Amino acid sequence: MPTIQFHDVTRDFAVKDGDFLALDRVNLDIQDGEFVTVVGPSGCGKSTLMNIAAGLLDATDGEVTVDGVPVHGPAPERGVIFQQYALFPWMTVTANVEYGLKVAGVKKAERRRRAREVIELVGLTDFADSLPKTLSGGMKQRCAIARAYAVDPKVLLMDEPFGALDSLTRVRMQESLLDTWGRDRRTVMFITHDVDEAVFLANRVVVMAARPGRIHTVIPVTLPYPRTEEQRLSPGFAELRAQVWHAVHHQPAPLEGMVS
Amino acid sequence: MKTPVNAPAEHRTERADPERVESPKRTGGTRKKARETGRITAVLLALASAALGLLVWVVLANSGIEGFPGPVVVARRAGELIADGTLFEDAGASLKRVLIGYVLGVVLAVPVGFVMGWYPVVRRLIEPWLQFFRMVPPLAIIPLAIVLMGIDETPKIFVIFLASFLSSVVSTFQGVVAVDVTLVNAARVLGARDPQVFLGVVVPASTPFILVGMRIGLGASWATVVAAELIAAQGGLGFRMQQAQLYYDLPTIFVQLIAIGAIGLAMDRLLLVAERRLTHWQERR
Repeated sequence: MPTIQFHDVTRDFAVKDGDFLALDRVNLDIQDGEFVTVVGPSGCGKSTLMNIAAGLLDATDGEVTVDGVPVHGPAPERGVIFQQYALFPWMTVTANVEYGLKVAGVKKAERRRRAREVIELVGLTDFADSLPKTLSGGMKQRCAIARAYAVDPKVLLMDEPFGALDSLTRVRMQESLLDTWGRDRRTVMFITHDVDEAVFLANRVVVMAARPGRIHTVIPVTLPYPRTEEQRLSPGFAELRAQVWHAVHHQPAPLEGMVS
Repeated sequence: MKTPVNAPAEHRTERADPERVESPKRTGGTRKKARETGRITAVLLALASAALGLLVWVVLANSGIEGFPGPVVVARRAGELIADGTLFEDAGASLKRVLIGYVLGVVLAVPVGFVMGWYPVVRRLIEPWLQFFRMVPPLAIIPLAIVLMGIDETPKIFVIFLASFLSSVVSTFQGVVAVDVTLVNAARVLGARDPQVFLGVVVPASTPFILVGMRIGLGASWATVVAAELIAAQGGLGFRMQQAQLYYDLPTIFVQLIAIGAIGLAMDRLLLVAERRLTHWQERR
């Protein structure tokens, strides 16, 4: 059974002159342990789709299930990584990472142990007692990833997590994310607007189209894991990237009668 | 899960603290020197500023304005007022009023501000009245307060309470409203329930706003107490000034003015230090 299932997920927003259909009957199954990236032009509803899966937004129609259970509101089983890191600036790295365990009522010693483990996993041990303001963008996002991992979520939902990073840091973050993912094969849904990133990370790339937001096409990435730099520069990668690029940049015209 | 992920090179290049990268000896030394030079410059400028102020005063005193006292006369008068204890008595009386009214105002403002920020319905009900009373200077309430509460301490403390409450409550609820929604979402996806989000995220995230409101409130309270004492009091810095005015005693007025300014400044600095301490986690500029 798939881990995350979107059944006819529809969402509209009231705008000045009528309704804006952000998502129109989206159906998508994400298998257990799969790494799915979602890519598309702005306004295609990819973040809306993720927010509905996270439980931060309700679907107007249809539903999302995780292991067959319908999603109602956020829960720690679905870890979310935000583009803006969303670290609590008054807490140290350790306190940030421990937060999810603390609200779950985990004892202090156990919290410390678990936090130390995931902080080491993302390579921030030397900064465990630093405040977020002293960290670089890449390190902040590592901390956010450690915070999500600390509560051991079933799935990870990542909303353009590397979008604010410079391209060099970004490539390193992609590699280290895949490295981490390779250890436990947690189910990941990863939103991005970067075609390269979408292909490099994914088992499958979901390309969305706008007006209304819907799935345009799904492209399986046949390259084996672990993904390496050679693969990133290989002809096979280039071909897949071209395919995804085409799907993103040459999309069907908007449907008639849609508010833009 | 034991080995660190790629123990990335980013750590070395991306360090926020350059001292860890460069030779600490040399960098530390030059920076220390630079800091010292900066401090000396700051002290010199402060002294120059004081000297300039005194000069302006002396010039004004000698420009022929009838009865305008110079620094020496005022200093002598200050010495007398300190010696016979009146200055400290008056300052004590004013401070006591301010502290009671101010603390009461802040203590009420913070919870009210939180409730207003958290529940939009409450905000809609209360905010119009807040904005209305903010437009009425607290001093304009004094005649009413004296009629209703008599001429002892109560009306004065009441208007100070009002002044501090109004400025603190507005900044508290604006602080709550301004809390970054992604921080709230981050807490919720980690499993935090509403009370946990409120205590763990909303309260700390809005402290910078609350502290700014408290500083503004303290300034407003201090201004209000002095003015209130000018109108009706049996002691306090404002009262003494009012008495001096009756006797054409300009040096005393100057002593009171300087005392009012100095005490106000000292209290503001104190709160500023507290603010810096409590919100050191903020990214500034």
